[in-house]
Amino acid sequence: MSTIILTGGRVIDPSQNLDEITDVAIVNGKIDAMGRGLSDAAAGRTTPTDSRRKTDGSPETMDCSGLVVSPGFIDVHCHLREPGREDVETIATGAAAAAAGGFTAVCAMPNTDPVTDNQAAVGFVVRQAQRAGMARVFPIGAVSVGQRGEVLAEFGEMIAAGAVAVSDDGKPVASAHLMRTALEYARTFNVPVADHCEEPTLASGGVMNEGLISMKLGLKGIPSEAEEIMAIRDILLARRTGGHIHLCHMSTRGSVELIRWGKDRHINVTAEVCPHHLSLTDEAVGSYDTHAKMNPPLRTGEDVAALRDAVRDGTIDVIATDHAPHHYDEKEREFSDAPNGIVGFETALAVNITWLVRPGIIDLPLLIERMSCAPARLFHLPGGTLRRGSPADVTVFDPKAEWQVSSAKFKTKGRNTPYQGMTLTGRVHATIVDGKVVHRAAS
Amino acid sequence: MAPPPPGQQQSSTSAAAAAARTVLDARALDRTLRRMADEIVELNNGTDGLVIVGIQRRGVQLAARIVALIAEREKATVPQGALDITLYRDDLQTVGPRPVVGPTSIPVDIDGMHVVIVDDVLYTGRTVRAALDELADFGRPRRIALAVVIDRGGRELPIAPDVVGKKIDVVAGQRVDVLVEELDGKDAVVLATQVAPREVDA
Amino acid sequence: MSAAGAAPLGKDLLGIEPLSTEQIQLILDTSEPFKEISERAIKKVPTLRGATIVNLFFESSTRTRISFEFAEKRLSADTVNVGQSGSSVAKGETLVDTARNLEAMRIDMVVIRHAASGAAQFLADRIESNVINAGDGTHEHPTQGLLDLLTLRDHFKTLEGIKVCIVGDVLHSRVARSNIWGLRKMGAEVAVCGPRSLLPNAIDEFGVTVFDRVEAAIEWADALNVLRLQLERMQLGYIPSLREYNRVFGVTRERLNRAKRDILILHPGPMNRGVEIDSDVADGPFSVILDQVTNGVAVRMAVLYLLSGGKPELAERAKAGGGGGST
Repeated sequence: MSTIILTGGRVIDPSQNLDEITDVAIVNGKIDAMGRGLSDAAAGRTTPTDSRRKTDGSPETMDCSGLVVSPGFIDVHCHLREPGREDVETIATGAAAAAAGGFTAVCAMPNTDPVTDNQAAVGFVVRQAQRAGMARVFPIGAVSVGQRGEVLAEFGEMIAAGAVAVSDDGKPVASAHLMRTALEYARTFNVPVADHCEEPTLASGGVMNEGLISMKLGLKGIPSEAEEIMAIRDILLARRTGGHIHLCHMSTRGSVELIRWGKDRHINVTAEVCPHHLSLTDEAVGSYDTHAKMNPPLRTGEDVAALRDAVRDGTIDVIATDHAPHHYDEKEREFSDAPNGIVGFETALAVNITWLVRPGIIDLPLLIERMSCAPARLFHLPGGTLRRGSPADVTVFDPKAEWQVSSAKFKTKGRNTPYQGMTLTGRVHATIVDGKVVHRAAS
Repeated sequence: MAPPPPGQQQSSTSAAAAAARTVLDARALDRTLRRMADEIVELNNGTDGLVIVGIQRRGVQLAARIVALIAEREKATVPQGALDITLYRDDLQTVGPRPVVGPTSIPVDIDGMHVVIVDDVLYTGRTVRAALDELADFGRPRRIALAVVIDRGGRELPIAPDVVGKKIDVVAGQRVDVLVEELDGKDAVVLATQVAPREVDA
Repeated sequence: MSAAGAAPLGKDLLGIEPLSTEQIQLILDTSEPFKEISERAIKKVPTLRGATIVNLFFESSTRTRISFEFAEKRLSADTVNVGQSGSSVAKGETLVDTARNLEAMRIDMVVIRHAASGAAQFLADRIESNVINAGDGTHEHPTQGLLDLLTLRDHFKTLEGIKVCIVGDVLHSRVARSNIWGLRKMGAEVAVCGPRSLLPNAIDEFGVTVFDRVEAAIEWADALNVLRLQLERMQLGYIPSLREYNRVFGVTRERLNRAKRDILILHPGPMNRGVEIDSDVADGPFSVILDQVTNGVAVRMAVLYLLSGGKPELAERAKAGGGGGST
């Protein structure tokens, strides 16, 4: 019988409308009880101390005073690069980095090499994650075979093997007919179809947001419409088919308006935004800094403001990282040639707190709703709650701690972050998955 | 003969009903059928090889009566069949509305048997011709005989009955109907003025 | 039995949707005696002797054409088959010209199968001969629908209130549409089951229940009509693969064994064994697939018989002649 008692933390669980200082007892991998003085009751000692488990089997206690205890964060959009690019990240290193970022579960996109478009590939990801024993990894299967956008992949087989959604992310589903049949076919299995909204002919060749900065830098831009055209297309198809469309990494204020339009009509559309689109603008590209290059690109201040509002009012349902590690050599290139993507696991919480919570745009309970409860609910995943009997996936963090970002210290193999050197607020203290502490901050 | 009681569902209007004359009542019809049954057995010199086939619709009920009567007399059950001749009619192209086809069932092999066709009224002979054509598709009987309850004359084909219940002269504008309990609620042979078209023969 | 009204089905049989419940009833009832004829040693009646019937099959189909041919020949009609290859159709003669040429040859009836929805109506509007739709595009296949109804009625003794689920690619199926019309008009409860990508979007407005999983359909139904899955659907992006289709939607022995009662199995054929239906189901004790084939000939004979009604004017003259039937 293994027991951990989290003492004196501010327990915020939006799924139970809970926000109070209390203790949480975790027994045999499940949330067992909540209440004051639990550690005294369990250990029979009067002084709660942060102690490791004694050899006599008495429970471990973790002093959480001054910290927040929340259901574990769930990232519905990340790239773990395995199979194919184990030099850049493996499922093991990715899951460890996710745990370091406070994520107890992540959903891995299928644009691996080979593409995760069949039950064997999905099973592989599941087993690799189990071996790593860090954050849970739920595979997302491809929409189309090879992500070529021609014929549907075997949704049923992949889901039976453990996939929780389908997506061709990395790429858009360019064919409206295929998106339509994907939404219809996915209804049989009740999973979301997640689309990377990018109209290929508009975006072709673009490397950053089309605007003043791209003009100054002489770089080809990607207009906001490239995203918005696909977003509204997908929303309309969701209306026609009754399927669940999930729009990935939204980046423009136009998209926000379209999502609002769809939700007003009770269309089953959900949307995610990444921390970088809530904190940085295309000015971060600065002098051709490839660490600010991703797809969709960083946009303007108005876009950022609209996205923050959308996070607050629920137009955007979840915050996901789109963690996309790349090799140093690949990013060390001319801007137009560098691959798109930045890492995100280990900076996500701090970026969100620094740019959303500290300025008072949202409070911590809403942040946790967007980072844990909503992802679990929308993707039908276990977690997102600290209800009694739930699996003990818990994140303990310090909302006030300030720290300096140093990519060299990251658990991810990727070093491509635009926040290098910045001092951010908010830090993960411990991450517990299935009742096991998989990450502890270095004290 | 008393006119048929009101409320009887015969052909059509009460005028026709009022003009109807009962030629044979139930008892008389029964006597006729008994005699016909005896004649059939006599014709065949017994019941061996005998098959009674009624023509849809009322011929079928009459055939059943005859088979029952033979069984009573001879203590032998003769096989009974039913024949719907609609599809063999020679007037299908002119009769217009498609007549409904009833069931045909010939439960025994008729090769070498003595088949007796039973029908209610023999008139032009075309129904019997159709029945002969249809029977030919089932096999080759040793002999085919014809038994009808009423022969009203007016033959258009060289067809002659072997056993007749009663011969009646029916003039143009009149019709004779054999009624059976199972379909018409009573047993009788009725002569009436032709008003509404009787159901197309079957 | 009273005489059917003059031209009880009208001039043509183009679909089940235009038929009334009474007309469907008439066709099913009329099919009964025709079943018996196919059991005789001499499977022939002289009813349509001298009639000329053309089987105009623009889409290849062995089973439907043969079934119609048997029906026609058993009624003693003269039949002519016009197929795609080696005919003027292949040379590119339009449907209009084909129709007019046939009419010029004074044929009595045309049985047409065509890849374009509405082709049967098109022909019927332009020629005086009776036109029977043997399948037009994805629109209707009325004789198939009727023989399915007859087969169900044979087993359940009534169509009222029985629960029939059509499983498969309803979107592209004329058989499904004819069945849905027929079943609803006869008072049956209808459901469909299949991947949503193969169900018409507006199916809910058809008054039909939709099951997303075949297990749910099996729990509900008295009978399943299993549609053939065409291989092209995979290429055109409607479903991923035949293998997955079988795993998720296949009518298998294991799934049927979990049903609370024995479910009747129908299939219009030809079957893709191991895809939409497993062999042990198709050949099992509750399959009436072969009965459907037998009933098909009878239903088609009944339809030909009912459509080939004679000229009403001659009927009037016959009536006036004082005959209460020519006994």
